[in-house]
Amino acid sequence: MQLALFIIFGILAVAGALNLLFQRHPINSALSLVVVMMSLAVLYWSLGAEFLAAAQVIVYSGAIMVLFVFVIMLLNAGEEERTHGSRAAYSVGIPGAAAIFCLLSFVFLKERGALGVSNIGGDLSNATDNIAQVSEMLFTKLLLPFEVTSVLILIAILGAVVLARKEH
Amino acid sequence: MVPTAYYLILAAVLFSIGIAAFLIKRNVITIFISIELMLNAVNLTFVAFAHMWHRVSGQIFVFFVMVVAAAEAAVGLAIIISIFRARKTLNVDEIDLMHS
Repeated sequence: MQLALFIIFGILAVAGALNLLFQRHPINSALSLVVVMMSLAVLYWSLGAEFLAAAQVIVYSGAIMVLFVFVIMLLNAGEEERTHGSRAAYSVGIPGAAAIFCLLSFVFLKERGALGVSNIGGDLSNATDNIAQVSEMLFTKLLLPFEVTSVLILIAILGAVVLARKEH
Repeated sequence: MVPTAYYLILAAVLFSIGIAAFLIKRNVITIFISIELMLNAVNLTFVAFAHMWHRVSGQIFVFFVMVVAAAEAAVGLAIIISIFRARKTLNVDEIDLMHS
């Protein structure tokens, strides 16, 4: 079952990413990214990370992508035009990305035996759920970083308001 | 039963597509979107390794990456809005304030 889930949603994620690459209009790219994020949420769930699957749907495909779509509509972004810069980008970008992909997959396939196999649901057979594990770690050992992120979010809100404000 | 290496290769595919989109795209919003795609690919490797080692530390790292990505999206989109106000364009070839 996990293999079927992996194949279906892996292909869906790769198809969404390729659609992001080939679409010319930014709104189509943004909506393809939503497809990628939803498939990744299913893959997180199959790896035993239920909390992250929910957070992926709520935070990424909910909050962040709504912000992107909102800005695309606000700025009335049209189709991008090809320029002389894009030809150089094609000749560097495609081989560079292919080289990085080849390097990464070579390393992963070489160490395939050491990486082992993953079973659905992970190590959660001993009646503890993932959210309890994550929250215990987050609110005991990592309490200070957790509180610091709230300050980070506050500063980001202030920065966004200051940057997007109309100057008089 | 899926080998963990397959998850990592899927993440590598998504990351490479993100790099290609980052380099090829000329629209500043689409470039920002491809950065989010790369962050997601790295998050998948974190979750796969957390599963492999039976630790939740990797999942907590993904949680922090999500928080930082949310903050980054808010600030980045505000910068894009203010650039668009000043230059009336979203094409990165024409945004060359620091060039000359």
